Amino acid sequence: MMKFLFLILFLGPLTISSRSQSINQLVEAVKAKLDKVQSYQARAKIKTNVSFLKVPIANVTVYFKGPNQIKILSDKGVSFIPKGAMSINTGSLLEGSGYTVIDGGKERMDGRDLQIARILPNDENSDVVLSTLYIDPVNLLVRKARTTTRENGTYELELSYGRYSNYGLPDKLIFSFNVKDYKLPKGITFDFDDGNSPKPTAKNTPQKGKAEIIFSSYQINQELPPGIF
Amino acid sequence: MVELLRIELFKIWKRPRTYIAFAAITAIVLIFQFAFKADGISYMNLLLQNVQDSFELNKIKAINGYFMCYIILNTLLIQVPILVALIAGDAISGEANMGTLRLMLTKPVSRTEIILVKFLASFIFTLLLLLWMAVTALYLSLLIFGVDDMLIFRVKGDESQIMQITKDDIMWRYYAAFGYAAIALTVIAALSLFFSVFAENSIGPIVAAVCIVIVCTVISNIDVPVIEQHVKPYLFTSYLVGWKGFFYIGTDPSNIPIKGSIENWASIRNSLLILLAHIVILVGASAWFFNRKDILS
Repeated sequence: MMKFLFLILFLGPLTISSRSQSINQLVEAVKAKLDKVQSYQARAKIKTNVSFLKVPIANVTVYFKGPNQIKILSDKGVSFIPKGAMSINTGSLLEGSGYTVIDGGKERMDGRDLQIARILPNDENSDVVLSTLYIDPVNLLVRKARTTTRENGTYELELSYGRYSNYGLPDKLIFSFNVKDYKLPKGITFDFDDGNSPKPTAKNTPQKGKAEIIFSSYQINQELPPGIF
Repeated sequence: MVELLRIELFKIWKRPRTYIAFAAITAIVLIFQFAFKADGISYMNLLLQNVQDSFELNKIKAINGYFMCYIILNTLLIQVPILVALIAGDAISGEANMGTLRLMLTKPVSRTEIILVKFLASFIFTLLLLLWMAVTALYLSLLIFGVDDMLIFRVKGDESQIMQITKDDIMWRYYAAFGYAAIALTVIAALSLFFSVFAENSIGPIVAAVCIVIVCTVISNIDVPVIEQHVKPYLFTSYLVGWKGFFYIGTDPSNIPIKGSIENWASIRNSLLILLAHIVILVGASAWFFNRKDILS
């Protein structure tokens, strides 16, 4: 019995410490992989799915410059670009004035064992309160990320990789975000009532929006056009 | 009959009040264009509201010629019936007032033909008014504000929506909308002509037609279920704004607009049929009453 207690008291903290060390190493390895990309210019399509928006698929160009500058520009036409989509670069979650990594255990997703890392920024004034990364330890890729912010609620990223997985850049990304209820004052638009009113929805409840970003090509670590940022 | 129509059109063009309508439209359109050129962003902010918290949007691009024309028509097509009534309400009563009606009826043309010619002349005036609106509100706006995708802001039931139509899918909608507006305004012309048959001076039929349009428009815009369900479907003014239906683009199940589609064509078609029925009934009634009227002036 005494031996058992001894093992718990002395070897337990050692195990936790080694797990914490291993999750730190994993996060650092992912960061090192993402840091290989200093800049990129990517062609992409954004499909926005928000209940009150009926907008076509937007053709955009995404510009990234390390460590965390990102700009999404529509190729033509009027485009609704989700504001949080500026944080689609997972590397930006590991930037800033340091962070603490907490081991969140493991989870199986799409046939892969993923390591969960909770990232707490050390900067108390940081907009990001908590980021949870679901890391594929075999390929060193972030498969999913959930970020809670002070100002813009919680948003989620689901990433699928293909040709650019060596750089940690996704081929497809599903970005979920909070949107406020949209309500136009009645009488401002003088609408034609076609007798086809939708069912009333719950009022003033925050809605979830989704944007699917499909990247068709990347130009990595090449000079970006001037004046983008 | 063609000669008679030519004379009627000549009379319309000789009246100063005809040009009031064109001048009023020009003034309203130019004021709108100036206001939006100066500070269209404020109006766009009002329409977008908290959408701006979640999305980036190039508002300068959004305030383009197509959007401007839609905003102008949205306001103008509520006022234009008054301008149409100014001409059509004068058609028969104006002749009675000037004492030329009896003289006209001494000519070898039937009373029905006179009513049809008066109606056709009002219809042509309405078409020219719309053509002028297309030139100033659409083409001039495209020249000033440029061409880009168009945003439609709409309240549908309890929901507000923002629809985007790509720029290559807009022009045909405007042609269809102007066609629809021509039929809608012709109802006003027919209504004014109908009142004109009973009056000895122009003020009465013009005021009567305008009052009916105003009262019915106000009732059409009362958002109370009992009015919406039991009164609105029977008011012709509920169908005057049907031109907007051409801009309510159809979408696929994932809310992506389908190019070249209309959300509810059946509703637009039914509205058109209701308006056409109004025209036939009002012009028919005008001819019926005019044929039985004692012409004393």
